Amino acid sequence: MEPFERYRPIIDGFDAFLEACERPLGNAVRVNTIKASVERAIATLEEDSVAYEQADWNPRVVRLETDSPGSTWTSFHGFTHGQEEVSAVPPVVLDPQPGERVWDCCAAPGGKATQLAALMDDRGTVVANDNNLGRISALRFNAERLGATSLAVTNDDARNYSLKRFSFDAFDRTLVDAPCSCEGTIRKNPDALENWSEGHIDTIAGIQKGILRRAVQATREGGQIVYSTCTFAPEENEAVVQHALETESCEVVDFDLGLEHAPGLTEWDGERFDDSLEQAARIYPHHNDTGGFFVAKLEVTA
Amino acid sequence: MGDSDDSLEQNDGQRFGRLPETPAERTVEGRASREEVVDYFEDRFAIPPETFDEHTFWEKGAGKIWIYAGDAPTPLEIEAIGMTCLRTRQEHWKPTTDFVQRVGHHAEACVIDLEREEATAFAAGEDQEIERWEGDWGYLIAAHTVAGEREPLGIGLYVHGELRSMVPKGRQRDL
Repeated sequence: MEPFERYRPIIDGFDAFLEACERPLGNAVRVNTIKASVERAIATLEEDSVAYEQADWNPRVVRLETDSPGSTWTSFHGFTHGQEEVSAVPPVVLDPQPGERVWDCCAAPGGKATQLAALMDDRGTVVANDNNLGRISALRFNAERLGATSLAVTNDDARNYSLKRFSFDAFDRTLVDAPCSCEGTIRKNPDALENWSEGHIDTIAGIQKGILRRAVQATREGGQIVYSTCTFAPEENEAVVQHALETESCEVVDFDLGLEHAPGLTEWDGERFDDSLEQAARIYPHHNDTGGFFVAKLEVTA
Repeated sequence: MGDSDDSLEQNDGQRFGRLPETPAERTVEGRASREEVVDYFEDRFAIPPETFDEHTFWEKGAGKIWIYAGDAPTPLEIEAIGMTCLRTRQEHWKPTTDFVQRVGHHAEACVIDLEREEATAFAAGEDQEIERWEGDWGYLIAAHTVAGEREPLGIGLYVHGELRSMVPKGRQRDL
C-alpha cells in the first residue's frame, strides 16, 4: 500500500481508505436486460437459493452471497454477468439511447460494451474496439453469451482509429474506459501494485491522452464522452482530461451519481486543472465498499 | 469485373458479406439468402419472420451466419458483427446455442421441454435417453421452466431416442 501514501493529502478518511483497500471484494453481477428483466433475474436467483442484495444506486447491480457465481442458472442463461459494482458506473453516466452510434474504444473483455448495448435495448450500434486480439476473444465470448446483436467488434489502436469502414463519420457517444495502472482494483487483485512506479504512470498517461483526444475527434458536436479509469493517480485522471480540454473542442459537464464520491481535483503536485474538473467523480473503496474509480463526462463543442 | 458477369464470387473468410435478399440475387457461390434463413427459422421452429424485421444477416467464414441489429456497408472487414446464429453449407443447418438462448422464446415448434435434472445434464453437455419426444428428429431447442416461464437452454440433436447436447465446451456448466 506504500504507493498510496502520496494520496494522503487528497483523500478524506485516509486510514479508512487504506483499511478498505485491504479487505477483499465480494461478488457482484449486473443483470443483462437483453435477456431477462431485473424481476425475472431476481426470481431465478431465488429459485437457485442464492442470497443477494440489490445496489441502491442501480437495481441492475446485484451483490451475490456465493463463492461460485458462474454456477447458477442466471449465469448459464446470460441473465447476469459478473461485473464489479463500480465498473457498471461509466455506461450509466454515458446514458446511451436506443438507436444511437456508440464507441467503446477500449472494450475488452466486454462488460461495459454489453451494458451499453443493454441500456440501448440492443438497438443501434455499439462499436466495441480493443487493440489486443487475445482479449477480443473474451469480448466476443461475452457478447454472444449475453445475446448482444448490436455490437460490432474491431481490433485497432484507438489513438488513430479510422471510421472509414462504416457508413457514418462520427459517433453520438463514446466511452473511454482507458487502460490504466489499476490501483483501484487492489481489493480484487492484491498484485495490482506490483509494477507500480511513477514512470509507469507517465507512460500510461501518454497513451490515455492519445485515446481521449481521438475519442473527442470521433464524436459529433454535442455528443458526449465518458472518460473513466480504475485508478486514483491524478496524472491518469484529471491531467488527461485537462489535456483534452487544452487540445480539443470539448468541455467537462456535470452528471448525477447515486454513489458516494469525492469531486475531481483542481490541483495536483503543483499543476492546476480547470475548475470544471470538480464535476468529475472520484469513487474510493471506503465510500461504498467497492473498488476505486474515476469518472468524468465531456461534451464535444463547436 | 471479369468478362463473364454470371461467374459467382467465392466467399471471403476475412470479411463480412451481407446475405442477398433472395436466392435470385445471390452473387457469392453457396451463400444462403436472407429469405432462406428466415424461412428456415419459421419452418423448423415456427419463429415468426417479423422477429427479424430489425436485423440483417451476414456471412463470414464458410457458412457461418451472423445476425446484426441494423445496417452496415458490405463487405465489411471487422472482427465481429452482432452474433453468430446459424451454420449453413452443411446438409442440416444448425443454429447456435447463444442465438437460441436469445430468440428461442419465439419458437413454437421443435422445442423439447426438459425436467430440472435433464436441464442440468443438458447444460453440462451430457447426452441423454429421452423417449417421450414424438416430433421431428434433428436439431431441437431444449428448454426448461425458469421463474415460471419457458426458457431456452440451447440446441440439442435428437436421434434414435437420444438428445445430444450441442452446448459448446466453454458454455457448459455444472449447476
